[in-house]
Amino acid sequence: MFSRHALMLAATVVALAGCGGGSTTASAPAATTAAAAAPSSSAAAGLSIADPWVKTVKKGMTAAFGTLVNNGDTDVTIVSGTSPLSPTIELHEVVESGGKMVMRPKEGGFVVPARGTHELQPGGDHIMLMGVTEEVKPGAKVPFTLQVKGGQPLEFSAVGKDFAGGEEDYQPGHE
Amino acid sequence: MISRRGLLAGGAATAAGAFTRRETPPPTHAERARVEPFHGPHQAGVATAPQVHAVFVGFDLRKGVRREAAVRLLQLLTDDAARLTQGRPALADTEPELAADPAGLTITFGFGEGLFEAVEVDSPVRPLPAFETDKLDKRWSGGDLLVQVCADDGLTVAHAVRMIVKDARSFTRVRWTQRGFRGGAGGETQRNLMGQVDGTVNPTDLDKAVWIGQGPAGMRGGTTMVLRRIRMRLGTWDAVDRVAREFTIGRRLDTGAPLTGRAERDEPDFDRKNHLGFPVISEYAHIRRAHVADPAQRILRRPYNYDEGLTEDGESDSGLLFASYQADIDRQFVPVQRRLAEGDLLNEWVTAIGSAVFAIPPGCAPGGWIGEGLLG
Repeated sequence: MFSRHALMLAATVVALAGCGGGSTTASAPAATTAAAAAPSSSAAAGLSIADPWVKTVKKGMTAAFGTLVNNGDTDVTIVSGTSPLSPTIELHEVVESGGKMVMRPKEGGFVVPARGTHELQPGGDHIMLMGVTEEVKPGAKVPFTLQVKGGQPLEFSAVGKDFAGGEEDYQPGHE
Repeated sequence: MISRRGLLAGGAATAAGAFTRRETPPPTHAERARVEPFHGPHQAGVATAPQVHAVFVGFDLRKGVRREAAVRLLQLLTDDAARLTQGRPALADTEPELAADPAGLTITFGFGEGLFEAVEVDSPVRPLPAFETDKLDKRWSGGDLLVQVCADDGLTVAHAVRMIVKDARSFTRVRWTQRGFRGGAGGETQRNLMGQVDGTVNPTDLDKAVWIGQGPAGMRGGTTMVLRRIRMRLGTWDAVDRVAREFTIGRRLDTGAPLTGRAERDEPDFDRKNHLGFPVISEYAHIRRAHVADPAQRILRRPYNYDEGLTEDGESDSGLLFASYQADIDRQFVPVQRRLAEGDLLNEWVTAIGSAVFAIPPGCAPGGWIGEGLLG
């Protein structure tokens, strides 16, 4: 029977196969549209990112999100990130502090488990652009590079999306 | 291609066969879901069997939106449509659960004359000529960009519209929103709020009548759309008896058959006279005025009803969102509308109060976006 479950399953398999191939990957045909800014993968590590996007902003701070996918047999640790858009980028987590949610640099970076995923999403772990120098417009493709501990960097471009959330207070200087 | 009806029929057969096998679970909601393809040579939502609910949103581009911004907008909206129609959340979807059941969702994009002006491309469409019977209101007319959202579930439609509008509002202002609905029964011609079957005669060869096959490459595989908001005066229609109603249309109300026939699909016999020597189907009956003999010249009608609310006195704001698709507006739509304006008995109860014209670009392949061939 040609059910929607089967469709979804097929899409997932395509996504995993794409990651293994080490070329541009996508979770399904739709993710390869230009708007969804072709996610790349780090061939050596079997690491890729699905559906990367970045919250639009005129200048200052903003954040990037997506689903990190590790198709390799060992855990992958992302230790830092860069983008031409912001001289400073931090890997952040959101935690409760003094009764409210605040974001702060995540100690040790993001760990993407072997054969697993790690979500970067508003209200959770995210890539923080500390000082955006040029407006991030909706639909723009913003290049990113994530440095992987002991592996090849992961390069991708994230699409600018207008988004109301992800406004947690910043708590700098976390040790 | 596996149709939804086929699936449903298959499901029903399974259920019947499983009468004695209680362990067979009934199909889940997701398994019954209707999924319409998004990618392809034509946009979905034109030849697609009409869904129950529709929202048409007309946008105007904000000042300063030119080709570069329009491309970003169309890429964003294409991505939203490609995901949502397949039952997947939009990128950065704030309510991803509402995307789970696409319910036959289609999202169709149309470009008005103003969009072509903004991106400095020759417009394949222009506003309709004026018709004497029209009483057009600006708030239902025009628009640079059309987004047509249709699905069998109102919640699915609402979520899709919301995700689209969130991505569009940096680039656009909403000019109008028009909501419509149809009777649900599959396969039957829908009825409008005057009680008439509405949309019996449609073209059969869409490659001839609907899809554009020549001219600039950017529109080949596309079509054009005319959206008319037609108000019905149901208060005065109430005063009309059934014989007069049928005379006005030229069809029986119960079966939808032409007054000269027995079944809805029978060809009307416009030459037949009654015992007094008058035509059985009046010279001014709606179906005579609207008749187009050549199937290749017919317009594809995909109408929805609207019923917006009541006045204190119980008068309704009701009518028809007359959506028609045709390869060539001047050749196919305008002559029919002219004949209706010149003398259609129905004009006493119906008036066009909105009118908009859009080019519907062809569909796109995975990785592409709607309008690529025009703006790319």
